[in-house]
Amino acid sequence: MSGAVSRAVGLLLAVVAMGALLAAPSVAAHRASLTEIEKQVMCPVCGTLLQLAESPQAQREKVFIERLIAEGKTEAQIKDALVAEYGTEVLALPQASGFSLSAYVVPIVAFLVAAVALGFGVLRWRRASGSGRGQPPAAGPKGDDAERLDADLARYDL
Amino acid sequence: MSVRSSIAVLAVLALVGLLVYGLVSKGGSRVAVGDPAPTTALPRLEGSGDGSLAEYRGSWVLVNFWASWCEPCKQEAPALEAFQRQHGGARFTVLGVDTRDLSGDGREFVREYGLSYPQLRDGDGGAAHDYGTTGVPENFLVDPAGKVRWLLPGPVDEQYLEEQVEPFLPQEKS
Repeated sequence: MSGAVSRAVGLLLAVVAMGALLAAPSVAAHRASLTEIEKQVMCPVCGTLLQLAESPQAQREKVFIERLIAEGKTEAQIKDALVAEYGTEVLALPQASGFSLSAYVVPIVAFLVAAVALGFGVLRWRRASGSGRGQPPAAGPKGDDAERLDADLARYDL
Repeated sequence: MSVRSSIAVLAVLALVGLLVYGLVSKGGSRVAVGDPAPTTALPRLEGSGDGSLAEYRGSWVLVNFWASWCEPCKQEAPALEAFQRQHGGARFTVLGVDTRDLSGDGREFVREYGLSYPQLRDGDGGAAHDYGTTGVPENFLVDPAGKVRWLLPGPVDEQYLEEQVEPFLPQEKS
């Protein structure tokens, strides 16, 4: 019995150890980095991505981010801290909530409306061009016009 | 004009309107002498709660926009503190507004330069935008009625404060 218990405990420990080993790379992968964060936030004074900014304010912002990384904060926590300091304009991409959501929704709606309008346009064009098919050619000129046309054509050696 | 043409014209006008709104809302115009000074409530840099220029109605206020990363702000800070010590009281105060700055850096700046006048925090630069500032430091002298009486887009020094600001202030020291 005790052998079975110890085998079960051993198996449990092995599973936990394997889980920890599998989880370790994903934790490391999500570890915040200045290189990644400075691509996603702005230098509020310069009006450019922090990645491209070298102003004194940008340097302070980078030091602030590095300090939070050293404290073990996640990328989301660091961005929240930056928003608390500088407001939402520090984010390079608008937040997907509230009025800022329109930045994502409006282009999609505009694309759909344009696609529908284009579809209707193509349908109408096809109908219009299809309705012209099979009709007899328009009658030629008559009377004086016909004589003048014949005279004009006679002058050319076609 | 057909219905379709009207819709097309309206759509173009709406697009142009959006572009114009975007351009107008991006750039604020600087408040001018004689304009009412914006009184947006801002968090206090130290301590809790909000503060506003409106609290000082009835006093002269020198609103000083600054940031800890700004070199000219470091140069003018001692002159502002000296002026506050000389003239500060019920009838006059300097009011610092730390703009687009990290709050920790701002507090450190206040300690380093021993600034005794009240400080507000304008992290997102909203108040600086309302005043139409184009950088830091910028100074606005606001009269007891809340109107801008003098402004300087740049740093001040002791001589400048004595010559340009002091003449506006009440003669007797409170």
